[in-house]
Amino acid sequence: MSPVIVANVSRRRFLQGLSLSGLVLAVGYPSAAGAQEAKKYGADGMPNGWVDDPLAFVSIAENGTVTIVCHRSEMGQGVRTGMPMIVADELEADFKRVRVAQAPGDEKKFGNQDTDGSRSTRHFFEPMRRCGAAARTMLEAAAAARWNVPVTEVEARNHEVVHRASGRRLGYGALAKAAATQPVPSRDTLRLKDPKQFRYIGKGQLKLVDGWDIATGKAQYGIDTRLPGMLYAVVARPPVYGGKVASFDPAEALKVPGVERVVQIEDSPPPAHFNPVGGVAVVARNTFAAMQGRRALKVTWDDGPNAGYDSAAFKASLEESARKAGNAVRNDGDFAAAAGSAARRHEAEYYVPHLAHATMEPPAATVRIANGKCEVWGCFQSPQAARDLVAKRLGMSADDVTVHVTLLGGGFGRKSKPDYAIEAAVISKAVDGKPVKVTWTREDDLHNSYYHTVSVEHLEAGVDTQGKPVAWLHRSVAPTIISTFNAAAKNEAPFELGMGVINVPFAIPNVRIENPEAAAHTRIGWFRSVSNIPHAFAIQSFVAELAAAAGRDPKDFLLEVIGPARSVSPEMLGDTWNHGESPERYPVDTGRLRRVVETVARESGWGKKLPKGHGLGIAAHYSFVSYVAAVVEVAVDDKGAVRIPRVDMAVDCGATVNPDRVRAQMEGACVMGVGVATLGEISFKDGRVQQDNFNSYQVTRMDAAPRVIRVHIVPGDYSKPMGGVGEPGVPPIPPALCNAIFAATGKRIRQLPIRDQLKA
Amino acid sequence: MIRLEINGKRQNVDLPAETPLLWTLRDELGLTGTKFGCGMALCGACTVHLDGQAVRSCVTPISAAADKKVVTIEGLGTDPVGKALQAAWVDVGVPQCGYCQAGQIMSAAALLRRASKPTDAQIDEAMSGNICRCGTYTRIRAAVKQAAAKQGGAQ
Repeated sequence: MSPVIVANVSRRRFLQGLSLSGLVLAVGYPSAAGAQEAKKYGADGMPNGWVDDPLAFVSIAENGTVTIVCHRSEMGQGVRTGMPMIVADELEADFKRVRVAQAPGDEKKFGNQDTDGSRSTRHFFEPMRRCGAAARTMLEAAAAARWNVPVTEVEARNHEVVHRASGRRLGYGALAKAAATQPVPSRDTLRLKDPKQFRYIGKGQLKLVDGWDIATGKAQYGIDTRLPGMLYAVVARPPVYGGKVASFDPAEALKVPGVERVVQIEDSPPPAHFNPVGGVAVVARNTFAAMQGRRALKVTWDDGPNAGYDSAAFKASLEESARKAGNAVRNDGDFAAAAGSAARRHEAEYYVPHLAHATMEPPAATVRIANGKCEVWGCFQSPQAARDLVAKRLGMSADDVTVHVTLLGGGFGRKSKPDYAIEAAVISKAVDGKPVKVTWTREDDLHNSYYHTVSVEHLEAGVDTQGKPVAWLHRSVAPTIISTFNAAAKNEAPFELGMGVINVPFAIPNVRIENPEAAAHTRIGWFRSVSNIPHAFAIQSFVAELAAAAGRDPKDFLLEVIGPARSVSPEMLGDTWNHGESPERYPVDTGRLRRVVETVARESGWGKKLPKGHGLGIAAHYSFVSYVAAVVEVAVDDKGAVRIPRVDMAVDCGATVNPDRVRAQMEGACVMGVGVATLGEISFKDGRVQQDNFNSYQVTRMDAAPRVIRVHIVPGDYSKPMGGVGEPGVPPIPPALCNAIFAATGKRIRQLPIRDQLKA
Repeated sequence: MIRLEINGKRQNVDLPAETPLLWTLRDELGLTGTKFGCGMALCGACTVHLDGQAVRSCVTPISAAADKKVVTIEGLGTDPVGKALQAAWVDVGVPQCGYCQAGQIMSAAALLRRASKPTDAQIDEAMSGNICRCGTYTRIRAAVKQAAAKQGGAQ
């Protein structure tokens, strides 16, 4: 096995043999200076980098309608409102006259489109500002030329250009044609707004661009694609990872009214990559007929080497590994000596099971092949990957494949893997290129996901006479996402360790982080906030356990463990990844971590008197270069039923583009975190997932969701680097909830999900 | 042939009687606003109204919908309660991915029809059959109350 070192992990970088592709710019700009640098950060480090060419992103019709392209996928984070808002603001466009067009998968034209890692805004805020400013400059130049006045005398204001001296005005529509012929201004001449002049950015007064379409049922998701002559397919897939079709008999399926064809999809041995797992597709006149046909289909499976995968046994094996010394990935001071001479020692182990994203819209894709061209429609977080992989599977050039990106009915990392697009392509090809839509049922989605890993986190601490930790050991054992790309991989990758375990910034002199090996027996993938979930659950629970052992207030104790405000180099913590960001621009700032703790404590009324059976819990976590802390209030009745009357969250993600969507993401992350803590579990027996649908894979519903979620945004500065928003709200919620349960009941939860552990 | 009345329009469909209303709407009639989420009446994404009652169209065979009035999200706006809910959904900024929201709004409309001033407990009861994986529940509650208030059922 070759070592897999991922400096700046993109979910797609794996596809490219880990090569570092250069920055690619669209026509309009010379290549960026400094592109030869060995290590690139931020958007520069992503496949196909960034593009800020206004000709790619902005077009203006003669009626004044401004069309702005959104090149990132909308999956609920609000990006189709946020990105165009940035462009419109610098463009001085009236947002009421802005239309949003969704980019197809085309990174050479638009820059990186992998909508993951909580990075759309932080990577594209500046390029989108420059797009808008460049287009505005072109409009001003066109107006100045029309009036034959120096360009310094004119100014764009709210969808028109004004000549200050004479008061003459020309609307954007009237200038559109002439502006398009103006040269694109060079980047160094662009005049960006002073943030005080922002009209939309940071204000939060704009409604979602898709809001009305969603509320009236007009919004188009991947599963909604309809084409003339389209056929509908569902696929019977191997129930065990690495399994394949031993034999199948299509006769009974073909007897079902509406079923037209049965098509085998080539098996794909591990590593899974983004490939379909293979199986047998039933193609029919409508989805229901296809489902009925699949029910009638007879398939015998060869389960392969993972037929014995059993979650209970695997948990025991992870625990065994976690109790033995493992590969040290960070070693400050001398843990063994310091723990040996400490006043007291504490030890605890935490477990988080596999999880499935269960996006409300299951995976779905449609493919049509005609005249040497292939068109794909679907809900993709990584449309360029869908394009490249469909092309590869069909033996076509990617130039002949067009990927249309619909709205995504949830993504959470599942839709970064376009295996379902390849399925649709294979089936379409088998039916002479006719349009075919593949729909996954909920059972398919739960049985053949790319699951969140399963982990045991073993922590030990040596504390002084005051109960303060002087020695910290964390052994994290979990199958790695790398195993999905390299079957032999058994250690957490830098990007997984860098999700809160190696880069724990505590003021503890002796720290040892170990990562014993763990093999994967299913497809492991990214799930919203990824390894931060088990790491934060363990670390923030353990700190609260130490506080309780010391008889201290958990909030005061947490602040003391974080230590004084200081800027910590991620490299000093052994974190070579740093969420793909520059360690200089994005150090770990314990002052910011402290501030979210202090903010959430103040806003939640930490320390207030509570009714009997209620408790408050606090937790904080740094991820996706943002800082989030949460206080959860629980009410536990005498039967052990848990209610959550209120959650407070404080987030410091730097400056914000659309504060209402930052709030919405925190609210949603909170509910998802509650689901992870209380209900979520995918388990395996005989290699097969034991959950089938929402009856056995339960998720949080309204009656169990927090009644009130209050989000407190720490004000940011537009001159400073931004942080992520989509994911960092999740990790602090499970430990804050479990810490609250401890406060209310004295019972410590160390294994998720809580389910009925509290039931009397 | 099964005769259906959908959003006030009579339609005949030539499908087996056990075909769920959901797939008939989506695949045969092109009304894709009604969503598939589970196929077992567990998530509520497919909620439509059948003679004014909220039902899960994924488990409602078309034979059971014959000669009854079906209203889907596409037809809800002609009803003042439905329109008020849709406006509240936009105003409160309820949707994230939006996929489940058609079903949420259909459930909420059925609720407001039988309880113009719903209590929190009634909202929980009426809406807990509708899953939202984005976790928009606090805003759904706020939007239901806002629509109720606009309809004169203010709390």
